[in-house]
Amino acid sequence: MPIVAAQRPSKVVVLLNMGTGSALSSLVAKGDLVHKGQKIADPIGRFGVPSHSPVSGKVAAIGAVRTGLGTMDQAITIEPDGQDTLDESCVPVENADSLSPAEIVSIIREAGIVGMGGAQFPTHVKLTLPPNAKVDALLINGAECEPYLTADHRLMVERPEDVVRGTRILMKAIGVDRAVIGVEDNKPDAVEALQRAIASAAAAGTIDVVAVRTHYPQGSEKHLIKSVLGREVAPGCLPFSVGVVVNNVGTAVAVADRFDRGLPLIERVVTVTGSGVANPANIMMKVGTSAIELIEQCGGFVGDPGKIIFGGPMMGAAVPSAEAPTTRGTSGILVLDRAESRSFEPMPCIRCGRCVELCPMRLEPALLHQWSEARLWSEAEAYHALDCIECGVCSYECPSRRNLVQAIKYAKAEIGARRRAARERGDK
Amino acid sequence: MADSKLIVTPAPHIRGNIDTPSLMRDVVIALLPACLAGVYFFGGKALISLVAGVAGCVGAEFVFERMSKKPVTIGDWSAVVTGLLIAMVLPPHVPAWIVVLSGVFAIGIVKLLFGGLGYNVFNPALAGRAFATAAWSALAATGYIWPASAQGAAWARGIDAVTSATPLTLLKMGEIGGTSMSRFYMPLFLGNVAGSLGETSALALLIGAVYLLWRTHISLRIPMSYIITVAVVTALYGQDPLFHVLSGGLILGAFFMATDYVTSPINAKGQVIFGIGCGVLTALIRLFGGYPEGVAYSILIMNAAVPMIDRFARPKRFGEVKARA
Repeated sequence: MPIVAAQRPSKVVVLLNMGTGSALSSLVAKGDLVHKGQKIADPIGRFGVPSHSPVSGKVAAIGAVRTGLGTMDQAITIEPDGQDTLDESCVPVENADSLSPAEIVSIIREAGIVGMGGAQFPTHVKLTLPPNAKVDALLINGAECEPYLTADHRLMVERPEDVVRGTRILMKAIGVDRAVIGVEDNKPDAVEALQRAIASAAAAGTIDVVAVRTHYPQGSEKHLIKSVLGREVAPGCLPFSVGVVVNNVGTAVAVADRFDRGLPLIERVVTVTGSGVANPANIMMKVGTSAIELIEQCGGFVGDPGKIIFGGPMMGAAVPSAEAPTTRGTSGILVLDRAESRSFEPMPCIRCGRCVELCPMRLEPALLHQWSEARLWSEAEAYHALDCIECGVCSYECPSRRNLVQAIKYAKAEIGARRRAARERGDK
Repeated sequence: MADSKLIVTPAPHIRGNIDTPSLMRDVVIALLPACLAGVYFFGGKALISLVAGVAGCVGAEFVFERMSKKPVTIGDWSAVVTGLLIAMVLPPHVPAWIVVLSGVFAIGIVKLLFGGLGYNVFNPALAGRAFATAAWSALAATGYIWPASAQGAAWARGIDAVTSATPLTLLKMGEIGGTSMSRFYMPLFLGNVAGSLGETSALALLIGAVYLLWRTHISLRIPMSYIITVAVVTALYGQDPLFHVLSGGLILGAFFMATDYVTSPINAKGQVIFGIGCGVLTALIRLFGGYPEGVAYSILIMNAAVPMIDRFARPKRFGEVKARA
């Protein structure tokens, strides 16, 4: 499914709350005219990044909207004027090669670049390493985390030069001369395209493309590091503890867009697919376009939609409304028809051990579920609930259709809340 | 408006194909070759036993769940599995009413009183067998019979005086033993010996085991650690290990009873410990105990140890080895 351009949206909704929970404050007011690429919101906390207008047009509203997660959040709604007038701040970086790592990181932050695999974790935070960290490699994640999604695949096939360009800038940002792009081995065309792009642009440092086994959750950061570099990140540690920084191919392309075209992160590829969509497609969309407009561009629904999922089928979130606005982390819009959306009645755990056998973190989901159900949070913590990467393999495999990962997520939230409460008590 | 009908549930939004009823049905399929072998060697009485076992278990589950106003779960096939297994671990010529009552005990007491599928501590079929052999010891002991085809065979010459003794009983009594054990390998492998209904034919049991392995419903961890342990301990004691592996209920127990999900450890390390424990106990009972055979009690004893094994034999989580380095 080649990447196609999006039709002009009737409106875009820029959320003032990032996926990570940090809020932004608006720099514009209702009625303002904004340009495409103009900064319209600044983060309040350290972990945030600014937001930019994906279109030129008029600020129609600033106020609460219903997000894809079902929450009400503040957002800036912009009505496009159809001109796509580029803001004057959007100029390519001329002297990219002579910049210091800190300068590169700051440009990436200002461009609103976040992890585009789904979590929207700010890229500049990943690139800002503690002073004692010894990092020797950059890993670019081209494993395409979930079934159904092909957005990253198409980026690698259609824009390999930008993937390589962004990779080189990211290498410079963390001061390494080695990068590896990990691609699942069911995408030989992506491997080939990337290798050609690397060969055609000679530059300092080496970039390798490594084909890894196609096996969910290969796109999990820790598992890709293991597959590509043979290193295991210890529990509770970040990739830099084994000398690696990981970024998504989409993030690399966003970096290239900023440095070579002057564009902040206002567009991304989204895979619109599933049994409930007439003509599935990969669309280069304006961030903040509503799901329904993208689905309509794909010929609309087939039959009655059962579920609309932002992201993939394993980890994505079912949204309560087709009007939900997309974000910088929306890698897919998956529409399942009503038959595929049916829920299963959980049966008792028969202790078959499939979840234990298949858990990529080598946890014991069945027991974690038991602790979570009994609200034994300290037991859940002792059985390493916090190590869970929420990939969903346990629930997928469970023959008794138990909602294992859901129970573990619940335990993680409870353990986190208890830890925060304990810390606050300690502070006083 | 379409929106109000959108379904919002937590991820994952797709599920695998294997569910618990299909899994239990596969176990039934895997048991069929051994059931057929039992009927072939022991005649129509064996078929009546199998029917009685299933009827007792499924009937008990239906009646007890109805009486306690709980959802009836006979559709999950697990009672059928227990029913077949009960008949298979009892002598082939046990009266049908004993098989039925054993099934009622297995389901009513051992399974449902402990909370039903997934909550029972002990393997219901083996507990049912223990119940039957304790309650009607004489009846059960006379239920063993040598297949007609074995009685005239050359390899069985000299042992047909004791018609209701199994090979392990003969070994225990000193009737057989010493150097000439290899003559029993082939009859034991095929099932042409006295024994419980479904335990004698290693061949038929292994066909079913291969099916379960191929369907990835079981792994080799418990069966292999169990069988190898029995072979090693009996060999160390100077007895013929292959005779021990092929006789009695070891193959049936190792592949179909010790691997029972509910009553065995949940992770790989625990499963190996469990298998070794079953093996040591089986060998000790056979070599030094009052009974000729120890598979059923070994597994039942190890069932009781499962919560402890689960607690102490924990898997190494991702990255844990590196963390300690």
